[in-house]
Amino acid sequence: MSVTDVGTVPTPAARPAAQTPFQRFVADFTESRLATIAFILLIVTMVLALIAPWIVPQNPYDLAQVDIMDSRLKPGTPAASGKYTHWLGTDGAGRDLVSAMLYGLRISLAVGVMSGVIAMALGAAIGLIAAYAGGRTESIIMRIVDLQLSFPAILVALMLIAILGKGVDKIIIALVTVQWAYYARTVRGSALVESRKEYVEAARCLGLSNARILFRHILPNCLPPLIVVVTVQTAHAISLEATLSFLGVGLPQTEPSLGLLISNGFQYMLSGEYWISFFPGLVLLMTIVVINLVGDQLRDVLNPRLSK
Amino acid sequence: MHSEPRLTAYIIRRLMQSAAVVLAMSVIVFLGLNVIGDPVYLLIDPQADQAEIERTIRRLGLDQPIYIQYFNFITNALTGNLGTSFVHGTSALKLIVDRMPATLEIAIAATLMSIVFGIPLGLYAGLKPDNFFSKSIMATSILGFSLPTFWVGIMMIMVFAVMLGWLPSTGRGPTATFLGITSSLFTIDGLRHIAMPALNLALLKISLVIRLTRAGTREAIHQDYIKFARAKGISSSRIVGVHLLKNIMIPVVTVLGLEFGNLVAFSVVTETIFAWPGMGKLLIDSIQSLDRPVIVAYLIIIVLLFVIINLVVDILYSVLDPRVRIGEKSA
Repeated sequence: MSVTDVGTVPTPAARPAAQTPFQRFVADFTESRLATIAFILLIVTMVLALIAPWIVPQNPYDLAQVDIMDSRLKPGTPAASGKYTHWLGTDGAGRDLVSAMLYGLRISLAVGVMSGVIAMALGAAIGLIAAYAGGRTESIIMRIVDLQLSFPAILVALMLIAILGKGVDKIIIALVTVQWAYYARTVRGSALVESRKEYVEAARCLGLSNARILFRHILPNCLPPLIVVVTVQTAHAISLEATLSFLGVGLPQTEPSLGLLISNGFQYMLSGEYWISFFPGLVLLMTIVVINLVGDQLRDVLNPRLSK
Repeated sequence: MHSEPRLTAYIIRRLMQSAAVVLAMSVIVFLGLNVIGDPVYLLIDPQADQAEIERTIRRLGLDQPIYIQYFNFITNALTGNLGTSFVHGTSALKLIVDRMPATLEIAIAATLMSIVFGIPLGLYAGLKPDNFFSKSIMATSILGFSLPTFWVGIMMIMVFAVMLGWLPSTGRGPTATFLGITSSLFTIDGLRHIAMPALNLALLKISLVIRLTRAGTREAIHQDYIKFARAKGISSSRIVGVHLLKNIMIPVVTVLGLEFGNLVAFSVVTETIFAWPGMGKLLIDSIQSLDRPVIVAYLIIIVLLFVIINLVVDILYSVLDPRVRIGEKSA
């Protein structure tokens, strides 16, 4: 036995018993190389979207900076002003595609994450109430959930957009309405299982209030499945927003998300100017796939049945 | 014999529930649409004088209180009149019914494609799970789930229509009548037109069928009847083609039936990309022009379609599995 072997055995990393739950979680998650790469890419994407205004060569919403004479330039063409190169070309309005895409990514992510968070808060609260109240309240809530889930998301969203009109807030309302039911069903399911466990009984015996038991004891134990649903549904929300924008019933033209950029480029596609649609689509695709990969790995790691 | 009246009662109760859903949806949709925008100003020439505007308002019945407008609408709906399109000036219901064959055609073509591609690929991946080709099938099917449909459609147009020039990029081909059915599936040019949109619509379902078939195959292959058939010396191809496939088909067909409504809803996207003259494209155009009667009629028809599909599936399940009815009774 070599000296180095003796030296490594007592380190905390080598002894699972000494790991904190978070360390164990990180170790389990990084077991899949693909998921780790996906996670890093996701962080990079989010950071790029956040700092977009400071790194792009042009503000695509500022008409003073956009030159219509630069419209539909091929990738790699220098700008008319000569100050920078349009590495991925320009769109029909003369916007630098790199800049427009990063700004679009910002909007796509913001809409997706915001609707995901609101839907989660709403859905989780409703699911908890259903599980706790039981009886008639529960069956009415779950009926509504079932009813809504029996219609495809795109249809419900289109209905709402037809009713509410266009705009960022309207899109978020539509996405929240489409998605809360998934969260409600997930949380109710795990809350029902949790509420039969002994620690809940113990909390009751201590005389804790119902609200405290629900939100401080049961809810934290429902988090693992909830986190998985959040990742998958956020990816879904981004994709759905892009679809609605592509159909021309989503976000307004003044704030083009990735979906709208793709839609704008579509009309030039037939004359062979592929890049206007192609690159934003690639970014959209990468974002969705990366979130799904992270979600898949989270599901495996957080699933108690699979834990060793 | 005891279960017969119970089944009837269950069907009646489900029918009443479905009717209530349709009615509730019609109220929500109608009220919602009347709160936003004023279609009068969208449809009348801005140069029109006050008298002409008022004439139009009266002609369209927009001067009545909202509950009377709804009451008129619902009595008309029950007699099959879902209002007159503001834009086209013809019956909204007729507009949609005229477009329906094109949508059903593409949905049926997509369902067929998902069977033709999905089952053999899923079967292969299930029989040889460690094969490289199987692994690529499964990886591609994950992409099928996460790729946004509309982007794939655009890329298909780019590759097959613009770059290679093999297929027409948009529109529906000429129709022909065969066995009393008029469809563009019966002409060569029609098939060339439908290939891309149908494949685009089918992508998600192909992935779904691949996964279902693979899971079914993996499960069935270890069961006794397969082992027994092997022991009897039946050829592999017969075991797979007859014994295995028969058992896998049940869940696949059930899911595809359930997903048919989903295909019709998702055809909104595909029809917009490929300029396919179906109901979905009509809906998008109507939302853009605030053509309320058409939107309301479309939504009511699609809600009706979904309620019917769900009803049929529920009833079939309750016939097949009596526990569903008993559970319903005690709830």
